[in-house]
Amino acid sequence: MELIALTPWDLALAGLLVLALAATAWPMRLELARPLLVAAARTVVQLALVGLVLETVFARGSFVWVGGIALAMLLLAGREASARQARRFTGGWSFAGGTLAMFLSSFVTAVLALTVVIQPEPWHAPQYAIPLLGMLLGNTMTGVALGMDRLTSGAGQQRTAIEARLALGHSAAAAIEGVRREAVRAGMIPMLNAMAAAGIVSLPGMMTGQILAGAPPWEAVKYQILIMFLIAGGTGFGTLAAVWLGTWRLFDERQRLRLDRLR
Amino acid sequence: MPGPRLAASGLSVGGIGPAAFELAAGACLGLTGPSGAGKTRLLRAIADLEPHDGECRLDGRPASAMPGPVWRRDVGFVAAESGWWDARVGAHIEPVRDADLDEFGLSPAVREWSVERLSAGERQRLALLRHLAAAPAVLLLDEPVSHLDADLIEVVIGRLAACRQDGMAVIWVDHDRHRLARVADAIARLDSAGRFSWS
Repeated sequence: MELIALTPWDLALAGLLVLALAATAWPMRLELARPLLVAAARTVVQLALVGLVLETVFARGSFVWVGGIALAMLLLAGREASARQARRFTGGWSFAGGTLAMFLSSFVTAVLALTVVIQPEPWHAPQYAIPLLGMLLGNTMTGVALGMDRLTSGAGQQRTAIEARLALGHSAAAAIEGVRREAVRAGMIPMLNAMAAAGIVSLPGMMTGQILAGAPPWEAVKYQILIMFLIAGGTGFGTLAAVWLGTWRLFDERQRLRLDRLR
Repeated sequence: MPGPRLAASGLSVGGIGPAAFELAAGACLGLTGPSGAGKTRLLRAIADLEPHDGECRLDGRPASAMPGPVWRRDVGFVAAESGWWDARVGAHIEPVRDADLDEFGLSPAVREWSVERLSAGERQRLALLRHLAAAPAVLLLDEPVSHLDADLIEVVIGRLAACRQDGMAVIWVDHDRHRLARVADAIARLDSAGRFSWS
Protein backbone atom coordinates (compact mmCIF):
# COMPACT_ATOMS: atom_id res chain seq x y z
CA MET A 1 0.00 0.00 0.00
CA GLU A 2 1.24 3.48 -0.77
CA LEU A 3 0.41 7.01 0.29
CA ILE A 4 -1.87 8.71 -2.25
CA ALA A 5 -0.38 12.14 -2.93
CA LEU A 6 -2.82 15.07 -2.71
CA THR A 7 -2.94 17.67 -5.48
CA PRO A 8 -3.54 21.40 -4.83
CA TRP A 9 -6.97 20.81 -6.33
CA ASP A 10 -7.82 18.31 -3.62
CA LEU A 11 -6.93 20.89 -0.96
CA ALA A 12 -8.89 23.62 -2.74
CA LEU A 13 -11.98 21.42 -2.73
CA ALA A 14 -11.65 20.91 1.04
CA GLY A 15 -11.07 24.65 1.44
CA LEU A 16 -14.46 25.27 -0.19
CA LEU A 17 -15.96 23.67 2.90
CA VAL A 18 -14.45 26.37 5.11
CA LEU A 19 -15.61 29.08 2.71
CA ALA A 20 -19.12 27.62 2.76
CA LEU A 21 -19.13 27.66 6.54
CA ALA A 22 -17.96 31.28 6.61
CA ALA A 23 -20.63 32.26 4.09
CA THR A 24 -23.27 30.57 6.24
CA ALA A 25 -22.06 32.19 9.45
CA TRP A 26 -21.85 35.69 7.96
CA PRO A 27 -25.60 36.59 7.94
CA MET A 28 -26.03 35.00 11.41
CA ARG A 29 -23.88 37.78 12.89
CA LEU A 30 -21.88 35.24 14.89
CA GLU A 31 -18.70 37.28 14.48
CA LEU A 32 -17.14 34.01 13.41
CA ALA A 33 -16.70 34.39 9.67
CA ARG A 34 -13.61 36.59 9.88
CA PRO A 35 -11.80 34.62 12.61
CA LEU A 36 -12.63 31.44 10.70
CA LEU A 37 -11.01 32.68 7.48
CA VAL A 38 -8.01 34.06 9.37
CA ALA A 39 -7.56 30.75 11.20
CA ALA A 40 -7.84 28.80 7.95
CA ALA A 41 -5.27 31.05 6.31
CA ARG A 42 -2.97 30.63 9.32
CA THR A 43 -3.28 26.86 9.02
CA VAL A 44 -2.15 26.96 5.39
CA VAL A 45 0.72 29.40 5.93
CA GLN A 46 2.01 27.87 9.17
CA LEU A 47 1.88 24.29 7.93
CA ALA A 48 3.49 25.26 4.63
CA LEU A 49 6.35 26.91 6.49
CA VAL A 50 6.71 23.90 8.78
CA GLY A 51 6.75 21.67 5.70
CA LEU A 52 9.57 23.70 4.16
CA VAL A 53 11.55 23.64 7.40
CA LEU A 54 11.02 19.92 7.93
CA GLU A 55 12.08 19.13 4.34
CA THR A 56 15.32 20.97 5.06
CA VAL A 57 15.88 19.37 8.45
CA PHE A 58 15.13 15.89 7.14
CA ALA A 59 17.59 16.44 4.32
CA ARG A 60 20.38 17.51 6.72
CA GLY A 61 19.43 15.41 9.72
CA SER A 62 22.21 16.76 11.94
CA PHE A 63 21.80 17.14 15.71
CA VAL A 64 22.23 20.93 15.50
CA TRP A 65 19.30 21.23 13.10
CA VAL A 66 17.05 18.96 15.13
CA GLY A 67 18.04 20.71 18.38
CA GLY A 68 17.41 24.14 16.86
CA ILE A 69 13.93 23.16 15.69
CA ALA A 70 13.20 21.58 19.08
CA LEU A 71 14.19 24.80 20.85
CA ALA A 72 12.04 26.92 18.53
CA MET A 73 9.06 24.59 19.15
CA LEU A 74 9.60 24.85 22.90
CA LEU A 75 9.69 28.65 22.91
CA LEU A 76 6.57 28.88 20.73
CA ALA A 77 4.75 26.47 23.03
CA GLY A 78 5.83 28.55 26.04
CA ARG A 79 4.50 31.69 24.40
CA GLU A 80 1.20 29.99 23.54
CA ALA A 81 0.76 28.59 27.07
CA SER A 82 1.39 31.99 28.60
CA ALA A 83 -0.97 33.71 26.13
CA ARG A 84 -3.79 31.43 27.29
CA GLN A 85 -3.64 32.74 30.87
CA ALA A 86 -6.48 35.00 32.02
CA ARG A 87 -4.17 36.37 34.74
CA ARG A 88 -0.50 36.30 33.83
CA PHE A 89 2.44 36.82 36.14
CA THR A 90 4.20 40.14 35.57
CA GLY A 91 7.77 40.26 34.32
CA GLY A 92 7.53 37.29 31.94
CA TRP A 93 7.27 34.75 34.76
CA SER A 94 4.32 32.95 33.14
CA PHE A 95 6.33 32.40 29.95
CA ALA A 96 9.44 31.39 31.88
CA GLY A 97 7.58 29.05 34.23
CA GLY A 98 5.52 27.41 31.48
CA THR A 99 8.54 26.99 29.22
CA LEU A 100 10.65 25.50 32.00
CA ALA A 101 7.85 23.09 32.97
CA MET A 102 7.47 21.95 29.35
CA PHE A 103 11.20 21.64 28.91
CA LEU A 104 11.50 19.45 31.99
CA SER A 105 8.63 17.19 31.02
CA SER A 106 8.49 17.08 27.20
CA PHE A 107 12.22 17.08 26.51
CA VAL A 108 13.07 14.54 29.15
CA THR A 109 10.22 12.27 28.02
CA ALA A 110 11.13 12.62 24.34
CA VAL A 111 14.84 11.95 24.88
CA LEU A 112 14.02 8.98 27.09
CA ALA A 113 11.64 7.51 24.49
CA LEU A 114 14.19 8.01 21.69
CA THR A 115 17.21 6.61 23.47
CA VAL A 116 15.62 3.80 25.48
CA VAL A 117 12.38 2.78 23.77
CA ILE A 118 12.34 3.49 20.02
CA GLN A 119 16.12 3.70 19.51
CA PRO A 120 16.29 5.01 15.93
CA GLU A 121 19.75 5.37 14.36
CA PRO A 122 20.93 8.00 15.25
CA TRP A 123 18.72 8.60 18.29
CA HIS A 124 17.88 12.14 17.14
CA ALA A 125 16.76 11.05 13.68
CA PRO A 126 14.40 13.91 12.68
CA GLN A 127 11.55 11.75 11.35
CA TYR A 128 11.17 10.28 14.84
CA ALA A 129 12.39 13.08 17.11
CA ILE A 130 10.39 15.98 15.69
CA PRO A 131 6.90 14.45 15.45
CA LEU A 132 7.38 12.86 18.87
CA LEU A 133 8.40 16.11 20.49
CA GLY A 134 5.62 17.93 18.65
CA MET A 135 2.94 15.62 20.03
CA LEU A 136 4.42 15.79 23.51
CA LEU A 137 4.71 19.58 23.48
CA GLY A 138 1.21 20.03 22.09
CA ASN A 139 -0.35 17.97 24.84
CA THR A 140 1.92 19.17 27.63
CA MET A 141 1.13 22.73 26.63
CA THR A 142 -2.57 22.13 27.23
CA GLY A 143 -1.88 20.72 30.69
CA VAL A 144 0.56 23.45 31.63
CA ALA A 145 -1.71 26.23 30.37
CA LEU A 146 -4.82 24.85 32.11
CA GLY A 147 -2.97 24.14 35.34
CA MET A 148 -1.37 27.57 35.58
CA ASP A 149 -4.58 29.33 34.56
CA ARG A 150 -6.59 27.51 37.22
CA LEU A 151 -3.92 28.22 39.81
CA THR A 152 -3.75 31.97 39.25
CA SER A 153 -7.49 32.49 38.78
CA GLY A 154 -8.22 30.28 41.81
CA ALA A 155 -5.78 32.22 43.96
CA GLY A 156 -7.50 35.46 42.91
CA GLN A 157 -10.99 34.17 43.58
CA GLN A 158 -10.12 32.53 46.89
CA ARG A 159 -7.91 35.29 48.18
CA THR A 160 -10.03 35.82 51.33
CA ALA A 161 -9.90 32.13 52.24
CA ILE A 162 -6.17 31.83 51.53
CA GLU A 163 -5.32 34.90 53.57
CA ALA A 164 -7.58 33.75 56.41
CA ARG A 165 -5.38 30.66 56.68
CA LEU A 166 -2.17 32.68 56.44
CA ALA A 167 -3.46 35.01 59.17
CA LEU A 168 -3.98 31.97 61.39
CA GLY A 169 -0.31 31.07 60.96
CA HIS A 170 -0.83 28.33 58.37
CA SER A 171 1.98 27.85 55.84
CA ALA A 172 1.64 29.04 52.26
CA ALA A 173 1.57 25.41 51.13
CA ALA A 174 -1.38 24.63 53.41
CA ALA A 175 -3.20 27.83 52.43
CA ILE A 176 -2.99 27.16 48.66
CA GLU A 177 -3.54 23.40 48.98
CA GLY A 178 -7.14 23.33 47.70
CA VAL A 179 -6.46 25.66 44.77
CA ARG A 180 -3.34 23.72 43.84
CA ARG A 181 -5.21 20.41 43.85
CA GLU A 182 -7.88 21.81 41.53
CA ALA A 183 -5.19 23.25 39.23
CA VAL A 184 -3.37 19.93 38.88
CA ARG A 185 -6.66 18.14 38.28
CA ALA A 186 -7.68 20.66 35.60
CA GLY A 187 -4.34 20.22 33.84
CA MET A 188 -4.51 16.44 33.78
CA ILE A 189 -8.17 15.81 32.93
CA PRO A 190 -7.87 16.28 29.13
CA MET A 191 -5.06 13.71 29.08
CA LEU A 192 -7.06 11.28 31.23
CA ASN A 193 -10.07 11.69 28.97
CA ALA A 194 -7.97 11.16 25.85
CA MET A 195 -6.52 7.92 27.25
CA ALA A 196 -9.90 6.65 28.42
CA ALA A 197 -11.62 7.44 25.11
CA ALA A 198 -8.78 6.32 22.81
CA GLY A 199 -10.14 4.14 20.04
CA ILE A 200 -13.73 4.28 21.29
CA VAL A 201 -14.82 7.80 20.55
CA SER A 202 -12.23 8.56 17.90
CA LEU A 203 -9.15 7.06 16.33
CA PRO A 204 -6.15 9.01 17.61
CA GLY A 205 -4.58 11.29 15.01
CA MET A 206 -1.19 9.69 14.85
CA MET A 207 -2.57 6.20 14.43
CA THR A 208 -4.91 7.42 11.71
CA GLY A 209 -1.94 9.04 10.00
CA GLN A 210 0.15 5.90 10.12
CA ILE A 211 -2.69 3.78 8.76
CA LEU A 212 -3.31 6.29 5.95
CA ALA A 213 0.41 6.12 5.17
CA GLY A 214 0.17 2.37 4.77
CA ALA A 215 1.35 0.98 8.12
CA PRO A 216 -0.29 -2.25 9.34
CA PRO A 217 -2.96 -1.33 11.95
CA TRP A 218 -1.27 -3.42 14.62
CA GLU A 219 2.01 -1.49 14.28
CA ALA A 220 0.06 1.79 14.38
CA VAL A 221 -1.72 0.63 17.54
CA LYS A 222 1.57 -0.16 19.28
CA TYR A 223 2.97 3.26 18.43
CA GLN A 224 -0.22 4.91 19.61
CA ILE A 225 -0.08 3.15 22.97
CA LEU A 226 3.53 4.23 23.36
CA ILE A 227 2.62 7.82 22.53
CA MET A 228 -0.32 7.81 24.93
CA PHE A 229 1.90 6.71 27.79
CA LEU A 230 4.54 9.28 26.91
CA ILE A 231 1.88 12.00 26.70
CA ALA A 232 0.45 10.92 30.06
CA GLY A 233 3.87 11.15 31.69
CA GLY A 234 4.85 14.38 29.96
CA THR A 235 1.54 16.13 30.62
CA GLY A 236 1.34 14.92 34.20
CA PHE A 237 4.85 15.92 35.17
CA GLY A 238 4.62 19.13 33.15
CA THR A 239 1.41 20.15 34.92
CA LEU A 240 2.89 19.35 38.33
CA ALA A 241 6.03 21.36 37.54
CA ALA A 242 4.05 24.35 36.21
CA VAL A 243 1.71 24.43 39.20
CA TRP A 244 4.66 24.06 41.56
CA LEU A 245 6.55 26.91 39.88
CA GLY A 246 3.41 29.08 39.83
CA THR A 247 2.78 28.47 43.53
CA TRP A 248 6.37 29.39 44.30
CA ARG A 249 5.88 32.69 42.47
CA LEU A 250 2.49 33.41 44.09
CA PHE A 251 4.08 33.61 47.53
CA ASP A 252 7.17 35.49 48.67
CA GLU A 253 9.90 34.66 51.17
CA ARG A 254 7.60 35.71 54.04
CA GLN A 255 4.95 33.29 52.68
CA ARG A 256 2.65 36.22 51.85
CA LEU A 257 0.14 35.88 49.00
CA ARG A 258 1.42 38.21 46.26
CA LEU A 259 -1.48 38.77 43.87
CA ASP A 260 0.28 42.03 42.89
CA ARG A 261 2.59 39.79 40.85
CA LEU A 262 -0.35 38.99 38.56
CA ARG A 263 -1.81 41.37 36.05
CA MET B 1 9.84 46.88 83.88
CA PRO B 2 9.24 44.47 80.96
CA GLY B 3 9.49 45.82 77.41
CA PRO B 4 6.45 46.27 75.20
CA ARG B 5 4.60 43.23 73.85
CA LEU B 6 4.22 44.78 70.39
CA ALA B 7 6.31 47.69 69.09
CA ALA B 8 6.08 49.29 65.65
CA SER B 9 8.43 51.90 64.25
CA GLY B 10 8.36 53.68 60.92
CA LEU B 11 5.56 51.38 59.79
CA SER B 12 4.16 52.43 56.42
CA VAL B 13 2.42 50.71 53.56
CA GLY B 14 1.31 52.20 50.25
CA GLY B 15 1.45 55.85 51.42
CA ILE B 16 -0.23 55.09 54.77
CA GLY B 17 1.68 56.03 57.91
CA PRO B 18 4.41 56.09 59.06
CA ALA B 19 3.05 54.81 62.35
CA ALA B 20 4.96 54.21 65.55
CA PHE B 21 3.53 52.80 68.77
CA GLU B 22 4.19 50.47 71.64
CA LEU B 23 1.68 48.14 73.21
CA ALA B 24 2.23 46.66 76.66
CA ALA B 25 1.00 43.17 77.44
CA GLY B 26 -2.75 43.35 78.09
CA ALA B 27 -3.10 46.78 76.46
CA CYS B 28 -5.68 47.70 73.85
CA LEU B 29 -5.03 50.30 71.18
CA GLY B 30 -8.08 51.69 69.40
CA LEU B 31 -7.63 52.75 65.80
CA THR B 32 -10.19 54.88 64.02
CA GLY B 33 -10.47 57.09 60.97
CA PRO B 34 -12.59 57.63 57.87
CA SER B 35 -13.40 54.85 55.45
CA GLY B 36 -10.55 54.26 53.02
CA ALA B 37 -7.91 55.85 55.28
CA GLY B 38 -5.98 52.57 55.32
CA LYS B 39 -6.80 51.10 58.73
CA THR B 40 -7.14 47.61 57.30
CA ARG B 41 -3.89 47.86 55.35
CA LEU B 42 -2.06 49.01 58.46
CA LEU B 43 -3.32 45.94 60.33
CA ARG B 44 -2.32 43.73 57.38
CA ALA B 45 1.16 45.26 57.46
CA ILE B 46 1.47 44.55 61.20
CA ALA B 47 0.38 40.94 60.54
CA ASP B 48 2.97 40.85 57.72
CA LEU B 49 0.35 39.90 55.15
CA GLU B 50 1.67 42.44 52.66
CA PRO B 51 5.04 44.05 51.96
CA HIS B 52 5.64 47.20 53.99
CA ASP B 53 8.35 49.53 55.31
CA GLY B 54 9.36 49.80 58.95
CA GLU B 55 9.62 47.17 61.60
CA CYS B 56 7.41 45.40 64.12
CA ARG B 57 8.74 43.59 67.18
CA LEU B 58 7.04 41.07 69.41
CA ASP B 59 8.49 40.93 72.91
CA GLY B 60 11.63 42.53 71.46
CA ARG B 61 12.03 40.09 68.54
CA PRO B 62 11.74 41.64 65.07
CA ALA B 63 9.30 40.04 62.63
CA SER B 64 12.15 39.49 60.18
CA ALA B 65 13.79 37.15 62.72
CA MET B 66 10.84 34.73 62.53
CA PRO B 67 9.32 32.86 59.56
CA GLY B 68 6.14 34.56 58.30
CA PRO B 69 3.74 31.86 59.54
CA VAL B 70 5.26 31.91 63.05
CA TRP B 71 4.86 35.68 63.26
CA ARG B 72 1.26 35.51 62.04
CA ARG B 73 0.34 32.77 64.47
CA ASP B 74 1.51 35.01 67.32
CA VAL B 75 0.16 38.24 65.82
CA GLY B 76 -3.29 37.13 64.72
CA PHE B 77 -5.29 39.24 62.26
CA VAL B 78 -9.07 38.86 62.25
CA ALA B 79 -10.21 40.34 58.94
CA ALA B 80 -13.48 42.23 58.60
CA GLU B 81 -14.55 39.68 56.00
CA SER B 82 -13.83 36.17 57.25
CA GLY B 83 -12.43 33.53 54.89
CA TRP B 84 -13.56 29.89 54.70
CA TRP B 85 -11.68 27.19 52.85
CA ASP B 86 -13.78 24.09 53.48
CA ALA B 87 -17.46 23.45 52.84
CA ARG B 88 -17.99 22.26 56.43
CA VAL B 89 -17.80 24.65 59.39
CA GLY B 90 -16.10 22.07 61.63
CA ALA B 91 -12.93 22.00 59.49
CA HIS B 92 -12.24 25.62 60.46
CA ILE B 93 -12.83 25.41 64.19
CA GLU B 94 -11.28 22.12 65.27
CA PRO B 95 -9.34 23.60 68.25
CA VAL B 96 -12.38 25.60 69.47
CA ARG B 97 -13.97 24.09 72.59
CA ASP B 98 -17.72 23.52 72.86
CA ALA B 99 -17.79 25.73 75.96
CA ASP B 100 -16.43 28.62 73.90
CA LEU B 101 -19.06 28.10 71.23
CA ASP B 102 -21.68 28.09 73.95
CA GLU B 103 -20.36 31.31 75.50
CA PHE B 104 -20.64 33.01 72.09
CA GLY B 105 -24.21 31.82 71.64
CA LEU B 106 -23.42 29.01 69.19
CA SER B 107 -24.48 25.38 69.42
CA PRO B 108 -21.82 22.66 69.04
CA ALA B 109 -24.00 21.37 66.18
CA VAL B 110 -22.65 24.29 64.14
CA ARG B 111 -19.62 22.09 63.41
CA GLU B 112 -21.76 19.92 61.12
CA TRP B 113 -23.22 22.86 59.24
CA SER B 114 -22.21 23.97 55.80
CA VAL B 115 -20.43 27.33 55.79
CA GLU B 116 -23.00 28.76 53.38
CA ARG B 117 -25.65 28.43 56.04
CA LEU B 118 -23.87 30.77 58.48
CA SER B 119 -25.19 34.29 59.01
CA ALA B 120 -22.79 37.25 58.96
CA GLY B 121 -22.92 37.43 62.77
CA GLU B 122 -22.19 33.71 63.15
CA ARG B 123 -19.24 33.99 60.79
CA GLN B 124 -17.88 36.92 62.76
CA ARG B 125 -18.07 35.06 66.07
CA LEU B 126 -16.58 31.84 64.66
CA ALA B 127 -13.72 33.70 62.99
CA LEU B 128 -12.88 35.36 66.30
CA LEU B 129 -13.13 32.07 68.19
CA ARG B 130 -10.80 30.19 65.84
CA HIS B 131 -8.19 32.92 66.40
CA LEU B 132 -8.65 32.92 70.16
CA ALA B 133 -8.19 29.13 70.21
CA ALA B 134 -4.67 29.67 68.81
CA ALA B 135 -3.92 31.90 71.85
CA PRO B 136 -1.95 34.60 69.98
CA ALA B 137 0.18 37.14 71.87
CA VAL B 138 -1.40 39.99 69.90
CA LEU B 139 -4.78 40.14 68.21
CA LEU B 140 -5.53 42.62 65.42
CA LEU B 141 -9.28 43.13 65.11
CA ASP B 142 -10.83 44.78 62.04
CA GLU B 143 -14.39 45.90 62.91
CA PRO B 144 -14.82 42.79 65.08
CA VAL B 145 -18.42 43.34 66.23
CA SER B 146 -19.96 45.03 63.18
CA HIS B 147 -22.52 42.23 62.70
CA LEU B 148 -23.35 41.55 66.36
CA ASP B 149 -26.24 42.72 68.55
CA ALA B 150 -25.69 44.56 71.84
CA ASP B 151 -25.75 41.44 74.05
CA LEU B 152 -23.20 39.58 71.94
CA ILE B 153 -20.97 42.65 71.77
CA GLU B 154 -20.82 42.55 75.59
CA VAL B 155 -19.89 38.84 75.47
CA VAL B 156 -17.05 39.55 73.02
CA ILE B 157 -15.76 42.53 75.02
CA GLY B 158 -15.84 40.43 78.20
CA ARG B 159 -14.00 37.55 76.58
CA LEU B 160 -11.31 39.85 75.16
CA ALA B 161 -10.90 41.48 78.59
CA ALA B 162 -10.20 38.03 80.05
CA CYS B 163 -7.61 37.33 77.33
CA ARG B 164 -5.98 40.70 78.04
CA GLN B 165 -5.74 39.75 81.71
CA ASP B 166 -3.61 36.85 80.48
CA GLY B 167 -1.32 39.24 78.61
CA MET B 168 -2.78 39.38 75.12
CA ALA B 169 -2.42 42.82 73.50
CA VAL B 170 -5.15 44.04 71.15
CA ILE B 171 -5.45 46.56 68.34
CA TRP B 172 -9.11 47.27 67.70
CA VAL B 173 -10.24 49.06 64.53
CA ASP B 174 -13.74 50.52 64.74
CA HIS B 175 -15.80 53.39 63.39
CA ASP B 176 -17.66 53.68 66.69
CA ARG B 177 -15.60 56.09 68.80
CA HIS B 178 -17.79 55.56 71.87
CA ARG B 179 -17.09 51.85 71.78
CA LEU B 180 -13.35 52.45 71.31
CA ALA B 181 -13.34 54.89 74.24
CA ARG B 182 -14.79 52.08 76.32
CA VAL B 183 -12.50 49.20 75.31
CA ALA B 184 -9.20 50.90 74.45
CA ASP B 185 -6.47 52.36 76.69
CA ALA B 186 -5.35 54.72 73.93
CA ILE B 187 -6.86 55.79 70.63
CA ALA B 188 -4.98 56.59 67.44
CA ARG B 189 -6.38 57.97 64.24
CA LEU B 190 -5.62 57.64 60.55
CA ASP B 191 -6.87 60.63 58.58
CA SER B 192 -8.03 60.50 54.98
CA ALA B 193 -4.46 61.15 53.80
CA GLY B 194 -3.25 58.12 55.79
CA ARG B 195 -1.47 60.18 58.47
CA PHE B 196 -1.17 58.48 61.85
CA SER B 197 -1.79 60.56 64.98
CA TRP B 198 -2.80 60.13 68.60
CA SER B 199 -6.10 61.54 69.78
